Amino acid sequence: MQPFTKVTAVAAPIDLPNIDTDRIIPARFLRKPKEGMAGLLFHDVRFDDQGNERADFVLNQAPFRAAKILVVNDNFGCGSSREAAVWVLEHHGIRTVIASSLGDIFHGNCYTNGLLPVILPRDVVAGLRAQLHAHPGASISVDLESQTVTAPDGTTHRFEIDPFRKQALLTGQDEIALTLGYEKEITAFEARHARAMPWLAADA
Amino acid sequence: MPQTMFEKIWTRHVVTEGPGGQTLLYIDRHLLHEGSAAAFARLERSGRRVRRPDRCVATADHYVPTTLGTPVTDPEVRDMIEGLGRHTAERRIPYFGVGDIRRGIVHVIGPEQGVTQPGILLVCGDSHTATHGALGALAFGIGSSEVEHVLATQCLWQRKPRVLRIRVDGRLGLGVAAKDVILAIIATIGAAGGVGHAIEYAGEVIRAMSIDERMTVCNMSIEGGARAGMVAPDDKTFAYLAGRPYAPKGGLWDRALAFWKTLPSDPDASFDREVTLDGSAIAPTVTWGTSPQDALPVTARVPDPLGEPDVARRASMERALAYMGLTPGTPLTEVKVDRVFIGSCTNSRLDDLRAAAAIAKGRRAVVPAWVVPGSGLIKQAAEAEGLDRIFRDAGFQWREAGCSMCVGMNGDLAGEGVRVASTSNRNFEGRQGKGARTHLVSPAMAAAAAVTGRLADVRGL
Repeated sequence: MQPFTKVTAVAAPIDLPNIDTDRIIPARFLRKPKEGMAGLLFHDVRFDDQGNERADFVLNQAPFRAAKILVVNDNFGCGSSREAAVWVLEHHGIRTVIASSLGDIFHGNCYTNGLLPVILPRDVVAGLRAQLHAHPGASISVDLESQTVTAPDGTTHRFEIDPFRKQALLTGQDEIALTLGYEKEITAFEARHARAMPWLAADA
Repeated sequence: MPQTMFEKIWTRHVVTEGPGGQTLLYIDRHLLHEGSAAAFARLERSGRRVRRPDRCVATADHYVPTTLGTPVTDPEVRDMIEGLGRHTAERRIPYFGVGDIRRGIVHVIGPEQGVTQPGILLVCGDSHTATHGALGALAFGIGSSEVEHVLATQCLWQRKPRVLRIRVDGRLGLGVAAKDVILAIIATIGAAGGVGHAIEYAGEVIRAMSIDERMTVCNMSIEGGARAGMVAPDDKTFAYLAGRPYAPKGGLWDRALAFWKTLPSDPDASFDREVTLDGSAIAPTVTWGTSPQDALPVTARVPDPLGEPDVARRASMERALAYMGLTPGTPLTEVKVDRVFIGSCTNSRLDDLRAAAAIAKGRRAVVPAWVVPGSGLIKQAAEAEGLDRIFRDAGFQWREAGCSMCVGMNGDLAGEGVRVASTSNRNFEGRQGKGARTHLVSPAMAAAAAVTGRLADVRGL
């Protein structure tokens, strides 16, 4: 997993709330291997039936082509658990998504792929989007160590993140390796649990 | 201290409190389907073992054709199905594959086989895993990396969510189904209403529901933003489980039962949030837009974005109406449909098929209508009571079990601009095919749409 420390980059605003993961990557592409998913981000809203870019889609507009940050609205990434929604963002070079809220499963998938989810109050996020519309191509800076977002107008906003998730993102840690380090605790739990709920061992 | 059911189950599964706000939880049951392929492949590459194959159950549902004997010609799709068979065989994981009558939608077969039980922690790489909460389990959907993590460690790092209790009091009117209840709940709390929460559904209406109906309610928790939804187990739950293949037997049943009875939330337990709905005020409901929160009584009219004060919400409504090809002010019962789909992990169980058959009986579908049972065993049971005959006589197609048109991964799709009355769970843009227009409804309402060719109030039939 690629570590996340600090990103200063062009940010693109996505204004509609409740952008679901079906829109981020349609189901018909999920049979492809992860490596084959490049270019599929927002496929059906980004391209027309002939495969040409739709000019009205924000990531197709010149100032936002280099975006590595998305500033979105409520409940971005809701719906299906498909982790490919994070993979296609990653393929596109997006390193962090700033939102007022995220779909819970998408939110978890961001952490396991090194994409930083930043949750800020709704009015702050709306303010960031307004600045990006007023100054297309403007940059935002996201610093995980200090847990701050610096807006195009220079104001800074502190965000919260669990220390566990922060550490994993900063170091790009393999979570499975970390958990396997708890082998003693897991084995002890299994023994206790088997005594407490013995019927779970008696399978068909 | 009084505890909620959620807290009781959570506490029992804590392996250790990790650093910085996360808890390592032990997973009792892990359900797998074709979508788990990527996780198996990564596990293989890293040379890691599956810690507890005996805690896993796998089935093929998302990519399987719903017509008998249809060969899978797409090599990528074939790889998904065959890959699951190979990985589960190599890892000694129980697998209900193609040709096995127990095969079906993963969230249908878990309860059906008794794999799902009260008080357990169950996960699956699918967002509709909350379905299993209907039996008093803590069950939630996870991503592909988390599937790999559970395969390797049987554990998962989680932050404890808040708990939201939703009470539905009173009694449902005639023709009002569990699907209408959950659509009304989502319209009330919003598609983001349950973010960061586990939901406990309670109240007289939920108590009066069958287990099948409770599964419909819990199933769509994620459409209200919550990963988990649950209902306290009661005598109906215990009767449902008795005798199922994976359910405990003999002395172990008695021990399990004694434990299950301790699970309901204590009477004075406190919840982080509470929402109450009046069940008698819920009408047969349909969605008009592209978010499950866009739901209204079938007696209503297509809403007007001009009446929406919030700018982003108004833009969202305008986009949804343009996609759906609807004009504000049109009575919903005047909206013509092109196709009907009865199925999915939301509404493909025996109770659902009975409700749809009761409307189809003696009538005739005027648009193409599909019925896709949730499992091979449900199909068999429905046939034993003649439901397939009723559907066929009414001109409906009776198909093989699978996810089918809910998500269309197996090719069961609607075309551009085609309007579908569907018992599935998502009306997102493109969900049932690029440009397809989905109206979410109950099984009875779907059958009513099939025989009238429009969104129809089932109470008028």
